[in-house]
Amino acid sequence: MIVKPHVDWFALSPPLALMGAAGLLLLVAVFVPRGPRRGVSAFVGFAGFTAAFVFAVVLDVKSQSGAAIVHDSIFRDRWAALAQVLVAASGAVSVLISYRERMRDEHVAEYYALLTAAGAGMAFFVQASNLMTLFLGLEWFSIALYVLTAIDIDLVGSLEAGLKYLIVGAVGSATLLFGSALVYGATGQLSFDKIAAFGHGHDAMLAVGLAMIIAGLGFKSSAAPFHMWTPDAYQGAPTPVTAFMSSATKIAALVVTYRVLAVGFPQAEYLWRYAIAVIACISLAWGNIAALAQRNVKRILAYSSVSHAGFMLIAVAAANALGGRALMYYLVPYAAMSLGSFAVVAARERELGTPVTLQNLAGFGWERPFLGVAMWVFMLGFLGFPLTGGFIGKFYVFAAAYDHGMWWLIVAGVIATMISAYYYLGIVRAMYFRDAAELQLAPAGGAPPRELLLGAGVLVCLVVTVGSFFAVQPLIDVAQSAARALPL
Amino acid sequence: MNDWLTTILICLPIAGAIVVAIAPLTAYWLGSLAALVSLVEVGFWITSASKFDFGSSSLQSAQNRSWFSDLHVSFHVGEYAFSLWLVGATVVVMAACTIYGWWAGRDRGRAYFALMLLLTGAIVGVFTAQDLLLFYAFFEAMLIPLYVLIGVWGGAERMRATITFVVYTVVGSLLMLTAIIVYGLQQGTFDLTQMGPSNSTWLFLGFVIAFAIKAPLFPFHGWLPITYRESPPEVSAILSGIISKAGLYGLLRIAIAKFPGVAHDWRVVLLVLASISLVYGSLLAFRAPDLRGVVMYSSLAQSGLIVLGLFAFNDLGIDGAVLQMVNHALISTALFLLAGMIERRTSTGQFALLGGMARSRPALATVVMTVGIISLAVPLSTSFAGEFLILAGVFQQGWAWAAIGAGAIVLAAMYMLRWISAILHQDTGPAVPDAALDLRLGELAVIVPLVVCLLGLSAWPNLISSRAVGGNHAKQSIVVEGLRR
Repeated sequence: MIVKPHVDWFALSPPLALMGAAGLLLLVAVFVPRGPRRGVSAFVGFAGFTAAFVFAVVLDVKSQSGAAIVHDSIFRDRWAALAQVLVAASGAVSVLISYRERMRDEHVAEYYALLTAAGAGMAFFVQASNLMTLFLGLEWFSIALYVLTAIDIDLVGSLEAGLKYLIVGAVGSATLLFGSALVYGATGQLSFDKIAAFGHGHDAMLAVGLAMIIAGLGFKSSAAPFHMWTPDAYQGAPTPVTAFMSSATKIAALVVTYRVLAVGFPQAEYLWRYAIAVIACISLAWGNIAALAQRNVKRILAYSSVSHAGFMLIAVAAANALGGRALMYYLVPYAAMSLGSFAVVAARERELGTPVTLQNLAGFGWERPFLGVAMWVFMLGFLGFPLTGGFIGKFYVFAAAYDHGMWWLIVAGVIATMISAYYYLGIVRAMYFRDAAELQLAPAGGAPPRELLLGAGVLVCLVVTVGSFFAVQPLIDVAQSAARALPL
Repeated sequence: MNDWLTTILICLPIAGAIVVAIAPLTAYWLGSLAALVSLVEVGFWITSASKFDFGSSSLQSAQNRSWFSDLHVSFHVGEYAFSLWLVGATVVVMAACTIYGWWAGRDRGRAYFALMLLLTGAIVGVFTAQDLLLFYAFFEAMLIPLYVLIGVWGGAERMRATITFVVYTVVGSLLMLTAIIVYGLQQGTFDLTQMGPSNSTWLFLGFVIAFAIKAPLFPFHGWLPITYRESPPEVSAILSGIISKAGLYGLLRIAIAKFPGVAHDWRVVLLVLASISLVYGSLLAFRAPDLRGVVMYSSLAQSGLIVLGLFAFNDLGIDGAVLQMVNHALISTALFLLAGMIERRTSTGQFALLGGMARSRPALATVVMTVGIISLAVPLSTSFAGEFLILAGVFQQGWAWAAIGAGAIVLAAMYMLRWISAILHQDTGPAVPDAALDLRLGELAVIVPLVVCLLGLSAWPNLISSRAVGGNHAKQSIVVEGLRR
C-alpha cells in the first residue's frame, strides 16, 4: 500500500494560486461574453500573479529554516520563496504590458491562462528538490511557453518562432531527462541531498549525467552555446511574452541551476565550477559580439539576455555565499530592466505597427519623454552604469568571482561590458540623437493611444531599477537569508 | 548643518535636475530655474568654504552612512582643502555654463538644463566622495549627461564624437572598476579614509590609465580633438575645465595617495608622458587652425604641466598643481565660452576667416585680451604663480623637467598671442560681418565673473596655494601623509 505523504499545502500556495487563476481563466474564456472578456481575463491574470506574490512573500517570511517536504519532493525555503516572489512580480508586470497587445478576442482568456500556467510551472520548478519534480516543473512551464510564443497567428514569424522554440526546447528537456537518468543510474537516488550524500565526483556516469543536466538547464537560461533558440523565439513571440520569458524564465532557470549544483553535487564542485565558468565566458562573448551586428531591437535585447546569463553564471561559478547573494540581487534589477525594455519596445511596436529597429526608434525619446527616459535608464542598467541596480549587480558578481580567486572571470566580464557599451548606447543614440523628421518617419494613423497600464508597468520597472541602486542593504539582506538555504 | 554641507552640494543640483525634468514650465523658466539652482549652489559652496577650518587636516563637512555593509561600502562624502577648491571651481564653472546655455537659448530646454544640473551633482560627487565605489559611481555618472549633451546639442559630426568619447572613457573606467574591486576586497573596505596603501603595480596602472584618459595625458588623448570640436562650447568648457580635473584629482587622491611606493617607482614614466603632453600639446596648439583647436590642445599641455607638479612628490609641486587646476578650470572655461561667442557671430572658428574684431567692440577686446594674457602666464597672473610653484617643485626631481616646463611656457605665450591677434587684430576677416555685435550683457554676465575670479586669484594666489595640501596649515593632510608612509 502506498503511504500518502503529509502535504504542506501552504508551501505549495504560490503555484496553486496561479493554477487556480489559470483554471478560472479557462472558465472566463467560455462564460464571459466577448465585450468584457479582455478586461476580465487580464484582471484575473493580474489577481493570480498578485496572490502568488503575496503567498510567496508570506512563505518567505515563514520559512526561516529550509526543509524538504512532501516526501522530499519539493523544498520549502527562502531560496525558492524569493525566486517565486520575483517570478510572480514579473508575471504581474507582464500582464500590465499584455493588456493592450493586439490579439484576437477569442484567444485572449487562453493567453492569460497560459501565462499564469507558465508562472505556476516556474513557481513549482524553483521549489524542486528531486529529479522528478525538476523535470516536471521544467516541462510544465516550457510547454506553456511554446504555445505562448506561437499564440499570435496573425503575427508573421510567431508560429515559426514557436516551432523553433519547441524543437530546441525539447532537445534541452530531453538532455536534462537523459542526464537525470544517468545520475539516477549512478547513485540510485532521486532527491538532490541524497545524491549529494551518495556521490563522489569521480564516477564517469555521474559526471556525464551532471554535464547533461547543466546543458539542459543552460537551454532554459539561454546561456551560450545553448542559446540558439533565443534570438528567434524572442523576436517572433508577441513582445509581452518575450518580456515574460526574458525575465521569469531566466530567474527560474538560474535559481534552479544554482540549487541543483550546490545541493546535489557539492563533491563535484571542482568539475561544475569550471564548466559553468566556461559557459559564462562563452555566453558573454557570443551574446555581446552577436548583438553588435543586430538592427532589430528585440534581437539586440535577446542577445543581451544571453550575455546577462553569462554575468549571472559568473555568480554561480563562484560557488560561495557571496555568489548566491550576488545572483539573487542581480536578478532583481535584471528582471525589471528586461521587462521594462521589452515593454517600451511593445509600445513603439503598437505605435508603428512594424517590428522595431534601430532605424525606426529615431526621435522616440523626444516624442514619448517618459518611455524614452525609462528606456535610457534600462539600457544604462544593462550596461552596468551607476544610478541603476545593474551597476551594483555587476559589482557583486565580480566581487564573488574575485572572492573565489577567479579573477579571470572579472576580466572576461569587464571586456564583455566594454563591447556591450556599443549596442546599449546605440539604442540611446537611436532614440535621442536623430530626429524622426531627419529620417522621414512618422507614426501612421495619428497620435498613439495613451497606455496607462503599460506606463504603470514601465514605471514599476523604472522604480525597481533605480531603487535597487539605493536600497542595496535591504535587498542584500533578503538575498543573503535566501542564500543561507543553500549549503555554501 | 556643517556636516550636511557636502551632501547638500551633491544633492541640491540633482534634486534641481529632477524638478526641471518634471516641472510644468516653459523652457525659458526652466532655464531660469536651473540658473538659480546653480547660483544657490555657488552660495552653498561659499558657505562651506567660509566654515572650512584650514588649520585642521581632517576631513570636513563629512557624512558617513552605510550603503551595504557586507562589503563595507558606504555613502561617505567630505572635503579636504584641495577638494574644496576643486568643488569651488566646479560650481563656478557649472553656473557660468548653465547660464550661458540659458542665454544662448538651447533648444529642448527641459532635457538640457536637467542634464546640466545632473552633471553638476555628479562632478561635485567625484571631488568629495570618500568611498572608492561611490567615487566610481559619480565618475561614471558624469558620463551619462555628457554623452547626451554632446550627442544631442553637438555639431554635425556629433555621432562620431560621442562614440570616440565613450569608447575611450568606458575602457578607462572599466579598468578602474576592476582595480577598485580587487583593491577594495583586498583591503576589506572601500572607505578611502581607512584603506591602507598598496604595492600592486597592476592596480596602480588600472587607476592611472583611467585618470590619464580623463585628464587627458599623451598618449591617451585620442578622443580630445573631435569631442572638443563637436561639443557645444559650454560643454567643451566643462570637459576641459572640470571633467579633466576629475582625472587629475584621481591621480592625486588615489594613484599617489594610495600607491605611494609604486607611484614613486613609476614617476619617471609619468613625468615623461607629462612632458610630452606639455610640449606636444603646445606645438599642436601653435599650429591649430581654429579657435577651439588652440584651446583644446592647450588643455592637453596644461594637463601635462599639472601632472608634472603632482609627480614632483613635494608640497611645492602639489600645491602648485592644485592652484593650477583651479586656474585652468576658470581660464579654459572662459576661453571656450569666448570661442563659442565668437563662433555665434561669425559661424566659423577658422583663423583664416577671422580678424579685426577689436575695432568698435571694446568689451570683447578687453575680455579676450585679459583672459588670454592671464592664460599665457605673464608674471603677476595667477597662472604664473601656479606654474612657478609647479616648476619649482619638479626642479627637485631633476632640473631637466623644470627646463622642459619653462620652455613650454614660452610656447604658451606664442600660441596664446596668436589666438588673441587672430581674433582681434589685423584686417577684418571675411567671416566677420560689420554687424557683428560687441559682447551682449548676458554674455558679459557669464564671462566677467570668471575674469573677476581670475584677477582675484592673481592678486592673492596664496589663498589656494597655502591652503591646498602641503601649506603651512595642513601639513598632515591626507595626500602628503600617504606619500610619507
